[in-house]
Amino acid sequence: MTAPLLSISGLTKAYPGVVANDNVSFDIGESEVHALLGENGAGKSTLVKMIYGLVKPDSGTMTWKGQPFTPAEPKAARAAGVAMVFQHFSLFDALKVSENVALGMEDPPPMGDLARRIRKVSETYGLPLDPNRTVGDLSAGERQRVEIIRCLLQDPKLLIMDEPTSVLTPQEVDILFKTLNKLKEEGTSILYISHKLEEIRALCDHATILRLGKNVGECVPAETSARDMAEMMVGDTLQTPTRTTEKTGEVVLDVSGLSLEPATPFGTKLKNIHFTVRAGEILGIGGVAGNGQDELLAALSGETLTWKDAVKVNGKEVANLGPNARRRMGILAAPEERLGHAAAPDMSLTENALLTGAIREKLTGKGFVNWSGTTAFAEKIIKDFDVRTPGPHVAARALSGGNLQKFVIGREVLQRPEVLIVNQPTWGVDAAAAAAIRQALLDLAANGAAIVVISQDLDELMEISDRFGALNEGRLSDIRPAAGLTIDEIGLMMGGAHGMEVAQVGEDA
Amino acid sequence: MIKLEKRPMPSRTLSMATPLIAVVITMIAGGLLFAALGKNPFEAIRTIFWDPVLGEYAFYYRPQLLVKAAPLVLIAIGLSLGFKAGIWNIGAEGQYIIGAICGAGVGLAFYPTESILIFPLMILAGALGGWAWAMIPALLKVKFGTNEILVSLMLVYVAEQLLASMSLGLLKNPEGHGFPGSRNLNDYPSATSWINEAAGLHWGMAFAFIAVIFAYVLLNRHILGFNIRLTGEAPRAARFSGVNPTRLILFCLGTSGALAGMAGLFEVSGPSGQISIDFNVGYGFTAIIVAFLGRLHPVGILLAGLLMALTYIGGEIAQGNLGLPSAAIQVFQGMLLFFLLALDLLTNYRVKFAAKGAA
Repeated sequence: MTAPLLSISGLTKAYPGVVANDNVSFDIGESEVHALLGENGAGKSTLVKMIYGLVKPDSGTMTWKGQPFTPAEPKAARAAGVAMVFQHFSLFDALKVSENVALGMEDPPPMGDLARRIRKVSETYGLPLDPNRTVGDLSAGERQRVEIIRCLLQDPKLLIMDEPTSVLTPQEVDILFKTLNKLKEEGTSILYISHKLEEIRALCDHATILRLGKNVGECVPAETSARDMAEMMVGDTLQTPTRTTEKTGEVVLDVSGLSLEPATPFGTKLKNIHFTVRAGEILGIGGVAGNGQDELLAALSGETLTWKDAVKVNGKEVANLGPNARRRMGILAAPEERLGHAAAPDMSLTENALLTGAIREKLTGKGFVNWSGTTAFAEKIIKDFDVRTPGPHVAARALSGGNLQKFVIGREVLQRPEVLIVNQPTWGVDAAAAAAIRQALLDLAANGAAIVVISQDLDELMEISDRFGALNEGRLSDIRPAAGLTIDEIGLMMGGAHGMEVAQVGEDA
Repeated sequence: MIKLEKRPMPSRTLSMATPLIAVVITMIAGGLLFAALGKNPFEAIRTIFWDPVLGEYAFYYRPQLLVKAAPLVLIAIGLSLGFKAGIWNIGAEGQYIIGAICGAGVGLAFYPTESILIFPLMILAGALGGWAWAMIPALLKVKFGTNEILVSLMLVYVAEQLLASMSLGLLKNPEGHGFPGSRNLNDYPSATSWINEAAGLHWGMAFAFIAVIFAYVLLNRHILGFNIRLTGEAPRAARFSGVNPTRLILFCLGTSGALAGMAGLFEVSGPSGQISIDFNVGYGFTAIIVAFLGRLHPVGILLAGLLMALTYIGGEIAQGNLGLPSAAIQVFQGMLLFFLLALDLLTNYRVKFAAKGAA
């Protein structure tokens, strides 16, 4: 390897109260796929924002091909040859692919030329995409291709990808990796941000591991075990959740023929969903985001009422009962969106404990709130689930995502649910806390609760589910025992690679 | 490009202090306004803020302060419940008028019978009238999803027409020599809201205090108050929590309507005395300012109501003694709300001068 393409030395960036990056140094060579590995809040995003010119470092230097590199804004970084695919797409649903690409360009060519170039790039790199389709009709994987092609049209020397696989099915991940390998062969360097260790082992040449803003180690992923990398990330030995196999009991939750029109124009329609969950059993529901997960949770929690015999618990019809009536029966839920849905951002943790705990924890008498009892309940959640916060008086908004997630899950688990529905229980939570949450769910099941875990993290679902199904465009696949499922089979259950030949196979399966 | 960025943890002290800072800035800006009009700004500010409370004739003005503050507080307390939940009743003025018409109508129907039951019956009728008027936007909102801001506001004008027709027709004083307006309820002992007219005490003040305590307990101790706050802060979380939005809309609009109706009744049977074409003086609108000036907090509203009454009384003195135009006083009152809202924004957000965002 010759001189590095980008050399980072002693980069430091502090925000009030937190040092996001503390003296971080590493090199990215030409044609190198470099992984940036770390838990949420480790400082990965801040670091790449400095490279992309969105954030100015407090101190430290960057060198680009031997020259000092201080991009004042993303335009300057792009001019040097840095391109970035963000985790959240910035695309307009109502516009065509080519129009969206043109919007991101400094000096867009005529539409016809652009469409031809998009087609050419998409064929060269194996990223099938029709420039004339409307973005609103594309799957998450296809939208990501739009973003990638938008970057490739700039002929970047360094492509930064922020958690690119979180919205992809396994088949789509394969396609993406082929593209990235081809780019690497052609001399493009890639900075790949992820916390998915197996992907990094398969793809990356080098990895830099960040923890709490510091560079805590480097490794060659192919020669390092996933467990070792995870422990470097966490700085601690990891506890793998253990499950004590219990015999499952009677059917508790019985969903049959659940169909639901979406409440909003951008919602997903649920189509004829059937499943049952027995006492002591965890049903994992996978699928790419936006395929009906939110709608399914709302129908089960009682936020959305369904009028037919669609949802039964212990043989009793509950489809027309609201959230509080269902809580009385022991049906609890934890939605995905923490701020604004599972918790009220500006209210204290005590008040947020009351939000779902009022009924089962008997926190009100004749309508009057027992605040001391509520505070005690909030403190119990904080203690039992290791929520890091000064106390229950703190506003939910002030907690980090992972800590609030622990609070939200803990709040439901401690109410001794008979049926618990959780959506993305460990999203944005560090590995140690995620393990604790999974363990809590397993313990709950061992004590006889029926649990539905909706998640996009397949590793998580395989780890804790007894049976597995996948949502795809509002339909639920057949439910199959989780043990022995291969990643290919799961991918096909999730709908295969959207917009590809493989998708046809997926529908037959 | 100027961008507003939400502060992660707005300062509590600052958020408590903003009403005071807003008053001070209003004094400064108002002083400049008065100076521009050729008046001595210090004298004008002193006349407005000092004379009614501690000046030479304060013994006369102090009861006036309560007379003005009572309806403002009573209405604002009701409005604040809805405002906290994101339900915007802008039509309290209309509910106030209808409450006055219904309450006075009941009283006049019994004239000249004397009974201790008549006045409680009038209060009930006033509250029911205001409640019913507020139920119109409430039902339209829950049934058809209409905008309660527009409907409640437009109903104010309907109420004003109704008031004019009542004072010229059905409720006109038969012994009034043809002048518009009803009998004076102050001359009807069973139907007057004065407890002690000389001391300037009427039942509206008692009810305003009760409303403050009621709202405080509701918001801080009761699950319904919690649901109101939750709905305002995070509607989706409220639905997840099991709050029924329809019931909440009916409760909030109904309560604010009933309180506004009661305020109207106390006013018409006390300080105003009779139903006349223009007996209403905009308390229903001013109460919106009072509610926000008091940070939608019951105790804050009590203080804000008194402050607002002060600017009214002081404004009148300034008009009389210094010859300030009434428009200038209204501008002065408007400034108060403007500065309060501006400071609010700056407490919760910080202004950033940022370059255009990345593509």
